Amino acid sequence: MVLNMSADNKILILGGGQAAAQACASLRQFGYDGPIDVLADENDLPYQRPPLSKAYMKGELDRERLYFKMQDWYQNHDINLHLGCRAETIDRNARTVIASNGEAFDYHTLIIATGSRPRPLPVPGAERTNIFDLRSLADVDQIRPHMQAGQRIVIVGAGYIGLEAAAVAAQLGLNVTVIEVADRVLARVTSPVMSEFFEAEHKSHGVVIETGRKVVEFTGSVRVEGVKTSDGDVIPADLVLVGIGITPNDELARQAGIGCDNGICVDRDGRTDDPSIFAIGDCARRPLVHYQRDGRLESVHNAIEQGKLAAAAIAGKPRPSEDCPWFWSDQYDLKLQIAGLSEGFDQVEVRGEPERRKFAVFYFKSGQFLAVDAVNSPAEFLVSKKLIISGASIAPEKLRDTTLSMKDIAAEAV
Amino acid sequence: MTKIIYVDHNGDERPIDAKNGETVMEVAIKNSIPGIDADCGGACACATCHVYVDGAFLEAVGAAQDMEQSMLDFAENVHDNSRLACQIVVSDALDGLKVTTPESQH
Repeated sequence: MVLNMSADNKILILGGGQAAAQACASLRQFGYDGPIDVLADENDLPYQRPPLSKAYMKGELDRERLYFKMQDWYQNHDINLHLGCRAETIDRNARTVIASNGEAFDYHTLIIATGSRPRPLPVPGAERTNIFDLRSLADVDQIRPHMQAGQRIVIVGAGYIGLEAAAVAAQLGLNVTVIEVADRVLARVTSPVMSEFFEAEHKSHGVVIETGRKVVEFTGSVRVEGVKTSDGDVIPADLVLVGIGITPNDELARQAGIGCDNGICVDRDGRTDDPSIFAIGDCARRPLVHYQRDGRLESVHNAIEQGKLAAAAIAGKPRPSEDCPWFWSDQYDLKLQIAGLSEGFDQVEVRGEPERRKFAVFYFKSGQFLAVDAVNSPAEFLVSKKLIISGASIAPEKLRDTTLSMKDIAAEAV
Repeated sequence: MTKIIYVDHNGDERPIDAKNGETVMEVAIKNSIPGIDADCGGACACATCHVYVDGAFLEAVGAAQDMEQSMLDFAENVHDNSRLACQIVVSDALDGLKVTTPESQH
């Protein structure tokens, strides 16, 4: 056991997103008092991403309120933040990371929290101006001046990010078109019932939704002027947002020979196959204990939980409890709350009425309850979360009966 | 500056100078108040910033809205003075506000 609390227990964190920020806070909370260095390639203090496609994009939230902590918190907790500094290579033998500025940082324990990056759309014209990704604060700061009433915005990709941006743009008075290659919106993440509901909701706000269409070119001269689809149409555009998913930043780990499989493979504590290296957040592929499989989660819940799990393991504290994966999305006045992972479902039950904009879709596989998508239905969301954690299942037909409360239904779960 | 006093379940008090316009949750997070996790960042989506509001301030704080109330209905150890800290906006009227964090959030 090493008692020296200085150089022998240095922690180096790569990345400055939510997982990294959580790891910093949890390490100090769990009593680790050695040195912490954080290398973050963005220039901002660690900040919340969810509001970027919601309140911040809409101009309803000051920049400062995005930051988890202010600068002085890091100083007061003796955490060295190196902003605008990107990790380039990990030398596991020397336990050193070389950064973009040439500086070498040695570590006793390394936490990789490098996150993910937008998947590019490799079509001709992608280099034209006024085409934006929607991932970072810098992206949104560039987009916002263009979000003016009357402008024509084309959003490529009808996932949560694309639809949230579409809702903001519609509310700001832009002319909005969403292009999606799949035959329905949110196709990768939810059921046809939910897709239909959200599509109708956007249409009622004047958003044009074009599903089953593939983007083949961005037309224009220097600036983008149109989005060409495979059927030859060109949709006029003053600006374009591309939100077609993300790719984990696992290259540093790969190059260092750490096991990866669409993400850096880790155990329940976030530890990689190198016992002195952890990986947390979007870039990590972790055990999903409630589903008996591994997977990568792109969510706030995951960033916070893995930040805590890794910090606890490093500080020698008991493992914090693992929550059921959960997500949310705000569009217009709708709050969608998702508990669990619906992947692989073979049965759905709808509780409530989509027409009344308050309903929930429950997912089952071979009779086992998997997940819920709850629209303006927090009771359905919270009860489901508890059921998934406990491993209990509910009778699908009971859910249809809205005269039974969720508390009643939970009481009968087995 | 408005003073907000965070009280943990043992009764230990931490007075913090808060800016008007921020929420009681945001002030807690920026100052590392234990027991307020605020996993959703204030979207009223997680109920991990549940607090008990001191009786003297219940009126000034006001009642919970529908979504918040529904979240509270399923939180642990909810009392009549339970609120979600992310839904309480700091203002002059709240100067000296005491909020207590539930033991279950520690």
